[in-house]
Amino acid sequence: MSEPHTTDALQVLTFDLHGETFALEAGWVREVLDPTSETTVPGAAPFVDAVINFRGRVIPLADLRLAFGLERSPPTIDSRIVVIEYDIAGDPTLVGLRADKVHEVTTLEVAETEEAPRVGLRWRADFIRCLARRNGDLIVVPDLDQIFASKGGATGAVVQLSAA
Amino acid sequence: MSGDPVETFRQEAQDLLEQIETGLLDLAHRPGDRALIDAVFRGLHTLKGSGAMFGFDALAAFTHHCESAFDRVRKGEVPASPELVAAVLAAQDHMRALAEGTDASEAEGEALLVRLRQAVDAAAGVVVEAPSAPGAATWKVRFSLPTDALANGTRPLPLLDELRELGECKVTALTDQIPPLEALNPTECWLGWEVILTTTHPRSAIEDVFIFVIDEMTLEIEALEPAAPVAEPDAPAEVLLAAVNSEAAAAPIAEIAAPDTQGGEAKAARVGDTVRVPAERLDELMDRVGELVIAQSRLKQVAVTSTEPQLRAVAEEIERLASELRDTMMVVRMVPVAQLFGRFRRLIHDLARDTGKSIELSTEGETTELDKTVIERLADPLVHLIRNSADHGLETPDQRLAAGKPATGQIRLAARQSGAEVIITITDDGRGVDRARVRAKAEENGLIAPGAVLSDSELLQLIFHPGFSTAATITNLSGRGVGMDVVKRTIEGLRGAIEMTSEPGQGSQISLRIPLTLAIIDGLLVRVGPARYVIPLPAVEECVELTVEQDMRSTGRSLLTLRDRLVPFIRLRELFRTGLVPDPHQKVVVVATGQERVGLVVDQILGDHQTVIKSLSSFHADVETFSGATILGDGGVALILDVAHLVAAGQRQDAQLRAAG
Repeated sequence: MSEPHTTDALQVLTFDLHGETFALEAGWVREVLDPTSETTVPGAAPFVDAVINFRGRVIPLADLRLAFGLERSPPTIDSRIVVIEYDIAGDPTLVGLRADKVHEVTTLEVAETEEAPRVGLRWRADFIRCLARRNGDLIVVPDLDQIFASKGGATGAVVQLSAA
Repeated sequence: MSGDPVETFRQEAQDLLEQIETGLLDLAHRPGDRALIDAVFRGLHTLKGSGAMFGFDALAAFTHHCESAFDRVRKGEVPASPELVAAVLAAQDHMRALAEGTDASEAEGEALLVRLRQAVDAAAGVVVEAPSAPGAATWKVRFSLPTDALANGTRPLPLLDELRELGECKVTALTDQIPPLEALNPTECWLGWEVILTTTHPRSAIEDVFIFVIDEMTLEIEALEPAAPVAEPDAPAEVLLAAVNSEAAAAPIAEIAAPDTQGGEAKAARVGDTVRVPAERLDELMDRVGELVIAQSRLKQVAVTSTEPQLRAVAEEIERLASELRDTMMVVRMVPVAQLFGRFRRLIHDLARDTGKSIELSTEGETTELDKTVIERLADPLVHLIRNSADHGLETPDQRLAAGKPATGQIRLAARQSGAEVIITITDDGRGVDRARVRAKAEENGLIAPGAVLSDSELLQLIFHPGFSTAATITNLSGRGVGMDVVKRTIEGLRGAIEMTSEPGQGSQISLRIPLTLAIIDGLLVRVGPARYVIPLPAVEECVELTVEQDMRSTGRSLLTLRDRLVPFIRLRELFRTGLVPDPHQKVVVVATGQERVGLVVDQILGDHQTVIKSLSSFHADVETFSGATILGDGGVALILDVAHLVAAGQRQDAQLRAAG
């Protein structure tokens, strides 16, 4: 994955999770779906506890809220599923991500992005690729490599930061 | 097809190398077969040519030496001695490495070439002489090339030059085929040639001039008076070769030359009339068909509730088409197991060399077809099983002779279809499994209690237990840490089963039962709480109602009495933590793998369901309860239960409860 510094601008799709704004590289996004019928996978990590039918394929449905310790709010009229294609261990994998609300495709300038601060953040720093400020709002660009590898921290990592 | 020319070349090189290998292995059995020698030579030549064209210079240079060696074989200067064949076989592995661009050390290449040269020189010493040259004869050679020959890079002039090298030539162009000027495309070749050639070379030398173009062209060679009678024993007086494809021409020759059971037919089975398609495109197509089937079943639901007769007619029509399309799709993915078996001839060749044993491989049922994905995933387990047979099963020639058996050990690979399964058996006539050693080893490893009473089949099953290896000395062939348990797991991963029988002193047989395709499943659709699940139908033994008494009684130990046998059962509700009140009339689906049975308690049995299997992503790889998922008629997803895992879990639970008293 390319470092944010090396690209001048980052094309992203922004969306809300429990009041926080997140952004995903737009190039990964395949489709934004209305909520569809989900099938719970008993025994799976809570972060990916369901699968959905996406155009005849069965794809996992992940909830980034759990990776960031956010509350799971009941679906609203704005709820969507963002389907991305992401390389997991060299395999391009389709993954659905729950979103409370999807905003827009926009460009984040490098100047706007900053490294995740090591202190003063409620969330695991290694889950955050970078932060961006936009119109006074903080936008979180999550590090999906880390999040997916640890299944949203399900492997027992504590959602807490220490000053490094 | 991949657009990358280098990738295309790699694929072509793969095919060529396979062809060369098959040719070489056949040649080891019938060293005098000219058709085979020519085939190998042509393969090498093409490999060299395309290698150079695509910038694989090292490959081209290396292949050149092998080609030269084979050229001498082809010209009859050197016989195809076993050493020479072995040297080229070894060199062929090097070529493969060069073509794949993997680590092919130059020193290794040099060593191979030295070995090749030695083999050629040694063989040249034995050679009697080149086929005796008859006196000068005059031949009338008429030939014409296909119209697209120029576009394909064939140049007629060098052909004529080569003919001139053979002797005095009188060349006449045949212009009768040339179309009128306005219809003439300058890139097409409409010329034919008639050459009156006087040469001391035999007829085969003339044919050799055309060796690389002969498949497509028309060639007539006629002896002219007063030519001496032809000395070539196997050349008919006149040959009209208008072969559209080389195999058609080569196969009959091979058959006459050697009524051998092994190579000939397999090679002839390769037909030219096929299209090469990347497997992923087939997978995509399969997905589309899957979607279509789902959309179709939704349409059907709409149509059923509709009173519009036309809609119903169309829905029925589409249902028929969709199901036909799905069947066709299944067939497209099937490939004959010959593809798989073909690879093992080389393996046996190498194993025989490495173990010093004499081994003969026979195959049967090569036309049996299996899903391509299954074939690929079977390759490694089969390699392991064959190695085991060769290494542990077969005895050395001396031991065999002492036991009153022929010195050459037999390994037999057979495939046949039985219902929705294909059964592949690997049989050897070796020493059979040494039960005492299996038992000793199992006791040593703590797999069984010392002196435990086991049935013969239970004892043999121990071989598949993780970490089991009976070879007293670990050779480099087997015993490399990959045990039979891995083989078993792979086979079970394919929803198949593995069984072993063995007669001491007579040999062993391992049977693999593999479902025809991984892509489709016959399942029983059940409901547990709000969710639906699919249980693979072949594993289902029976469905019974869970009576209230059984339900109440079994709170402590989940056991069910079924025809005087106690069957442990698992409440899927509890396992899946659905957390709701169960239905009043729960059902038990009894499933089995091998001898072990377990009951699965579900809320409702919805019926049977045939569907396309989707694998779960890596996110759910650790969820062992499910082997995959499937999409239902209403677009919902149902998970497929992994019966082998559930049975094991049920047996474990039972054992724990028993231990707890």
